[in-house]
Amino acid sequence: MSNAELQNKRDSKTSNKTQVAAINGWMTTDGEARLVGGRGAETGSYFFPKNMAFSRNPSAPSEEIAEVHLSARGRVWSWTTNHYQPPAPYMPADPFVPYTVLAVELDEERMVVLGRLAPDCDPATLTSGVEVEVERGVLYEDDDNQYMVWQWRPVATEVAR
Amino acid sequence: MSVGEVAVLGVGMHPWGKWGRNFVEYGVVAARAALADAEVDWRDIQFVAGGETVRNGYPGYVAGATFAQALGWQGAPVVSAYAACASGATALNAARAQILAGLCDVALVVGADTTPKGFLAPNAGERGDDPDWLRFRLLGATNPTYFGLYARRRMEQYGATPDHFAKVKVKNARHGLNNPYARFRKEVTIEDVNASPMVSDPLRLLEICATSDGAAALVICSLDYARSRGVSNPVRIAAVSTVTPTYPNTVIEMPNFATDSAFGVPEPERSFRDSIAYAAYEQAGIGPEDVNLAEVYDLSTSLELDWYENIGLCAPGEAEQLLDAGVTTLGGRVPVNVSGGLASFGEAVPAQAIQQVCEITWQLRGQAEGRQVEGARVGLTVNQGLFGHGSCVIAKR
Repeated sequence: MSNAELQNKRDSKTSNKTQVAAINGWMTTDGEARLVGGRGAETGSYFFPKNMAFSRNPSAPSEEIAEVHLSARGRVWSWTTNHYQPPAPYMPADPFVPYTVLAVELDEERMVVLGRLAPDCDPATLTSGVEVEVERGVLYEDDDNQYMVWQWRPVATEVAR
Repeated sequence: MSVGEVAVLGVGMHPWGKWGRNFVEYGVVAARAALADAEVDWRDIQFVAGGETVRNGYPGYVAGATFAQALGWQGAPVVSAYAACASGATALNAARAQILAGLCDVALVVGADTTPKGFLAPNAGERGDDPDWLRFRLLGATNPTYFGLYARRRMEQYGATPDHFAKVKVKNARHGLNNPYARFRKEVTIEDVNASPMVSDPLRLLEICATSDGAAALVICSLDYARSRGVSNPVRIAAVSTVTPTYPNTVIEMPNFATDSAFGVPEPERSFRDSIAYAAYEQAGIGPEDVNLAEVYDLSTSLELDWYENIGLCAPGEAEQLLDAGVTTLGGRVPVNVSGGLASFGEAVPAQAIQQVCEITWQLRGQAEGRQVEGARVGLTVNQGLFGHGSCVIAKR
């Protein structure tokens, strides 16, 4: 199954609430889940998030920044599981559930991007170098909406599901 | 690069703790202690540099003026510096530059903080364009989250174990036992550390520094001014580095969601953390082999091990061996965090880099009772904060 098909399957499993991005412009909101970054027209430097119209590469201060999708897959650089509830504006589940944050190396972009581990994945299975894929997941919800964020899922566990 | 030196004429601190009083009180206690130590009348101070606190409203933003007013207006120009954990060193550097430029002879540097309990949190409100706010909302990426990522990376890359990390805490707790300014003065064992609650795996509660109230102050001056006061052999500040990263910064750092991209550009010769100490060594004209003691920013136990490598005490991946061999314990070749470090103090952000300088000053004067590094001639302090800040100070005698 392709990444897009899997994402559709996961999207359709959730409730009939409206899914909205927890933050606009940082990832695709339908179809294949991808992080949305910026790329310099001259240098090819990548940026995540894009959020600024200008380049932060000092060798090309006037280069145009185009919106690009970052690689769907990367490799685990490191990870940590948080056992204490963070302060606001974190939106905790009630009761609080520990969660894992990954640092993921993207080969093509030559950068490391943070993201949480899909909550149904076991962090005990992680080692550095494990291949992970980006997907959309529910960060928190209210009566009407589910607020979506990017998250990483080890590619191997996808096969096992 | 040839850089002039300034003298440390006086140092003073208010004990670290969770006192719950106004930060200005602590700052005044520390400032008066430093002035008394220097035997300089407050009214003779020609420049005041304050390390800002961002958790105490407007008086914290204008810390330099706040302390000057509290000590009694006497007309000296002031500056207030915020550079996250490097704020104190940045204030010191502003005062040092005034002296080296000949704009003044003697200056007071003060940092003080009153901190809330628990995790340091971002500013309140809906702040959708503030990465410091967004990291909490979108990821729950507290400061210890980043420390946990670095610690796990050390385990994966170099084979560090949780016991190595715990040993750093055991060492620093022992060092801090005899420091009257330290907040936590209690011996702990590896078992105590490993029995404390997990915070950001693999780091436990006893391995992550607390937030504290406290204050530290320095009186610094030109070498001529020191001589005029009859101080012929003062502790001298030979370097203050406050460099920022060089693009592309390829290590993930607070409060960022991603590193810079190294696509199509050469990576810098040194990592940001390496470059902080390197710039100081260049200014001082010395190398890591000349350092007799170091105060490094142990926001977590594993970060202390990273610093051994960043300041050149050993090659990457060798910090655990250095620790195991006792090299960085009091009595070893290069004791690290003989003050007790953040493990014994907890962090009072704008005061902490100044506290580090107070400690190496006492050490170089031979006044660090109960924790003295014998024959210390060169001391180094180093730290790093969020948003690309860091500092390194080298003092000699």
